[in-house]
Amino acid sequence: MLTTISPMHFVVLSAALFAIGLFGAITKKNAITVLICIELMLSAVNINLVAFNMFVTPEAFIGQIFAIFVITVAAAEIGVGLAIMLTIYRNKLSVDLDDFDWMKW
Amino acid sequence: MPFDISLLTVEIILAALGLAILVMGLIIPSNTKRGLGPITVIGLIAALASAIATWNVQGSLFEGMFLVDQYATFFKITCLSAAVLVTFGCMKYVDQMKAQGEYYSILVFSVLGMSVMASAGDFITLFIGLELMTIAFIILVALNKRSAKSAEAGIKYVILASISSAALLYGLSLVYGMSGTIMIYDVARMVVGGSVSPLFVFGLVLLVAGLGFKISTVPFHMWSPDVYEGAPTPVTAFLAVGSKAASFAILLRLFMGGFIGVAETWVLLVAILAAMSMVIGNLLAIPQTNIKRMLAYSSIAQAGYILVGLVAATEAGVKGVMFYSFLYVFATMGAFVVVTAVYDKVKSDEIADYAGLAQRAPLLAVVLTISMLSMAGIPPLAGFAGKLYLFKAIIADYFWLALLGLIMSMISVYYYLRVCLVMYRDEPIDNTPIKTSGNVTVVLVVAMIATIILGIYPGPLSEVTNTAASTFFLH
Repeated sequence: MLTTISPMHFVVLSAALFAIGLFGAITKKNAITVLICIELMLSAVNINLVAFNMFVTPEAFIGQIFAIFVITVAAAEIGVGLAIMLTIYRNKLSVDLDDFDWMKW
Repeated sequence: MPFDISLLTVEIILAALGLAILVMGLIIPSNTKRGLGPITVIGLIAALASAIATWNVQGSLFEGMFLVDQYATFFKITCLSAAVLVTFGCMKYVDQMKAQGEYYSILVFSVLGMSVMASAGDFITLFIGLELMTIAFIILVALNKRSAKSAEAGIKYVILASISSAALLYGLSLVYGMSGTIMIYDVARMVVGGSVSPLFVFGLVLLVAGLGFKISTVPFHMWSPDVYEGAPTPVTAFLAVGSKAASFAILLRLFMGGFIGVAETWVLLVAILAAMSMVIGNLLAIPQTNIKRMLAYSSIAQAGYILVGLVAATEAGVKGVMFYSFLYVFATMGAFVVVTAVYDKVKSDEIADYAGLAQRAPLLAVVLTISMLSMAGIPPLAGFAGKLYLFKAIIADYFWLALLGLIMSMISVYYYLRVCLVMYRDEPIDNTPIKTSGNVTVVLVVAMIATIILGIYPGPLSEVTNTAASTFFLH
């Protein structure tokens, strides 16, 4: 039954997703995995935005429009990230974050 | 409400300039690409002139999503001045990197992002401006493809910037959910005087974390020494000034414009971040041997000083932040243009290689000394006046923070003067004088004169910041 789902269900779901993404982004060693974890965090944001749109401001599409902006900009950001990883892979033949130690981390 | 396109003059000029340079960089032959630098400078000066000319214009577009007030215009002028100085002073470095078209167009787009941020009236505009600036900076940091350090700095910056953006967005989504609006000043009306839910407060904490990354406050500062060291020096300079000023603009707009009604939930948190930034930034700057890393830690400390204005949460605090951001442009630009000029000749950023700079290039040594003393807050230089305004705003309520700022400023004199000692006392290994080209000399003289005059005679700028700070609370 849809009516039994409250905004809190969505908040808990998105908080869990955000926490998983943040944990992965901090602990994973492979740069591509880290980017995937960042995508999880942004998905958590989108769940929040769309759910709040439904429950808080059902008469206006504020949250949904915001979510579309987030999706678009996140794609651009991840695109730049992958391009940089391509460059660094050509230099070092690795995308393992532990190998990036030219500077003190 | 009629749509007044003239309110967007600065943004339109910047967007057109960025696109024009991008196209020109693709079609003109590579031996003429040196000309893109002067074109960028002229375009940026035109944008700066139009920002100054529209100083008195106020209004809003898209039903309050885009605000034009003197507060926004002031930060636009600050960022544009920094962009003009960095472009004019570092052309040779960029020519050696052989990516003029990309560098100049992306630099202009990052300025466009900053100016959108300064004018943001709602969360979407804020986010778009912030991401435009951040993505532009990610590309600029990693632009030097032949340098392994530049690519490494780029990968560190892109990962940490994305995490911070995600945290910021999560905070924004919680604030939207709890208040039901994304307009910053409507949020202020929703929360005024009332108690807020724990989720709202959690959202505020995430916002502090996300923006704390952009202004590099402790404990979100880990990226800045690496990125500052690895990035091309002009980019480092602009990252230290422009990105910080624009992020402070948005931080103030959000917290003092939107969340002032629940100030007691975040003021103490910001005060602790400011205190930690001052202590850790200044203490970690002491052992550094690379001048870019040292300036990175010093800029973490400067972020701590500027945050003091937010702790005050009054009009005097806003004024202090604006004043300090403006003078910080000239001190930092002076220092980094010197670092660039020395690097062009010596190919090193180590402080030990600055030995005898006073004999090899007296102007460079003098400007670096004055810029650093200004950052340390020695009277009669501009930094002293800036710190005075900032700490005066909190001396009554947060005496411990003002005292800590004073002590840490004194400690900072130590590592700034250590560089001066190397420049003036040590004998140079190589006695050949370092020649600076005409435009570098102009930038250095402008930065030096501005730093001295703003310190001796801060009255006019103080008046300007007072007016601008008063428009901040009118909406």
